[in-house]
Amino acid sequence: MLTLERVGKTYPNGVHALERFSADIQRGEIVAIIGGSGCGKSTLLRAIAGLDRASTGTVTLDATAITAPHAKIGIIFQEPRLLPWLSVADNIGFGLSELPAAARREKVARALDRVGLADKANAWPRELSGGQAQRVAIARALVPQPEVLLLDEPFSALDAFTRRDLQDHLLDLWNDTRPTLILVTHDVDEAVVLADRVLVMRPRPGRLFEEIKINLARPRDRHSPLFDSFKRRVLTALDRSLDRNVPDADAKSTAGEAMWW
Amino acid sequence: MRIETPHPALRATFSHKGRREGPPPTPTLQSPERRVLAMAMSVELPALERTDAPEVTARASSARLRRYTGPALGLLLPVGLALAWEIAVWAGLSNGRLVPPPTKIFATMVELAKSGELSRHIIATLSRVASGFVIGVVAGTLFGAISGYWGLARRLLDPTVQALRAIPSIAWVPLFILWLGIFETSKVALIAVGVFFPVYLGVMGAILSVDRKIVEVGRTFRLSGPAMIRRILLPAVLPAYVVALRVGLGLGWMFVVAAEFMGASEGLGYLLIDGQQLGKPAQIVAAIVIFAILGKTTDWLIEIATAPLLRWQDAFGGRSGAA
Repeated sequence: MLTLERVGKTYPNGVHALERFSADIQRGEIVAIIGGSGCGKSTLLRAIAGLDRASTGTVTLDATAITAPHAKIGIIFQEPRLLPWLSVADNIGFGLSELPAAARREKVARALDRVGLADKANAWPRELSGGQAQRVAIARALVPQPEVLLLDEPFSALDAFTRRDLQDHLLDLWNDTRPTLILVTHDVDEAVVLADRVLVMRPRPGRLFEEIKINLARPRDRHSPLFDSFKRRVLTALDRSLDRNVPDADAKSTAGEAMWW
Repeated sequence: MRIETPHPALRATFSHKGRREGPPPTPTLQSPERRVLAMAMSVELPALERTDAPEVTARASSARLRRYTGPALGLLLPVGLALAWEIAVWAGLSNGRLVPPPTKIFATMVELAKSGELSRHIIATLSRVASGFVIGVVAGTLFGAISGYWGLARRLLDPTVQALRAIPSIAWVPLFILWLGIFETSKVALIAVGVFFPVYLGVMGAILSVDRKIVEVGRTFRLSGPAMIRRILLPAVLPAYVVALRVGLGLGWMFVVAAEFMGASEGLGYLLIDGQQLGKPAQIVAAIVIFAILGKTTDWLIEIATAPLLRWQDAFGGRSGAA
């Protein structure tokens, strides 16, 4: 279990990015963190990843305090961040350098196959499309079999079709080993289609505003009325998190969609 | 004009597009066949629909022809000028005393080569450049890496180095002669100073500009300090380092002439001075031509030695660089 206890972060320049964020995240759970810009989503994720240290509070994974990058925690960034001098296969195997070469090759081959890029094993990253590159990044993060996978707006730079495709693909991959997924996103649709739980944050300083459980069976139908109602709940929460006075939840759904961020 | 010659720029733009949007139409432009295909496509876009085999092969052979005519085109101007001058002198339009015709320059070279003089001078100059280059590169790389990696060292070291860099290197000559004598040591030292600065600047700048995001990838995989240097920093720095080496080598060739002007009994610089003092313009031009050939060759050697390490680059000139 991943425990966040009153995690806060003040940057050296005085920006108070995050204040007393607490949450317990179960093994295998998918949590989406959503909120307007400047509400500390990425700060929180970087603290969990151990890339930045929290100023206050603690992050613990199964009784281990996280203060630096940890073997059981993987992260996928908004950009693929592939190493341009390594082939696709070597990029995927980047985190497996302790393994003997044969085992590494086998794992990489399986991962390539799993993300549907077996024919690109020897390609350079520059030869991939945006969606393909992000799939390589996902494979690279998953191949060391992390218990927690953090995703920082992983699909926001992609077009709508590719994004939808990759969301389904991610769920599919998640199903293999069921790691904990913590996903920062701007996209209400994405949050509702993926998450068991949506954490809505509010800005200045960033803190937890509301928690919404998405009790929908997978695979989820993006067009069902139930799906829509969850979306509306998240949107409403977002609007309230930004202190917009919303008289009635049902009437504003379309306006909110365009306005909340 | 652009459309007719399969200019590297065109290929680069083409692949660039492929990388950005959706599934690339012809992703790899590495194999010759594919490159040719890509050329054909960039040459004539409507041909996309009707790529019948004879059409493609015809284009392939004409493209192959163009690959050889490319360098030949570059030779056209100098060879043409040389030929024109040769004819002008032969026809008596000029006596060719101060500007000797190509045959005379060539004859001088042959003469020098026969007596063994030429190879003696070339070896003298080459060994000076080589030792100066090696010393300059080692020192430049070391100091550049230290300044790039440790902020404290940079604040301590860099202002002094930059101040020294502002001194025209030739200004060191009298001091070097006093300190190191008039023989080899002072010459090599001057060349090393010339090579040092571009390499130092190149290495430091390259390390400072390594993408923080890529370094973060290394951090998430918990790379140790040495592993971070070996697996992230070195490859990231390599392209800029190669450029720095080439600039350094260029300066090395520049400074060897200055060094040999300050009193040498052998070397290509000596040939220049000797030609001036004894009034032998053909010898001067011969030495200049040999400088050009040696400079170009050594630069090209660096280029081909490093090309395999830089194949991954996604740059405007990246694809034409290897050829």
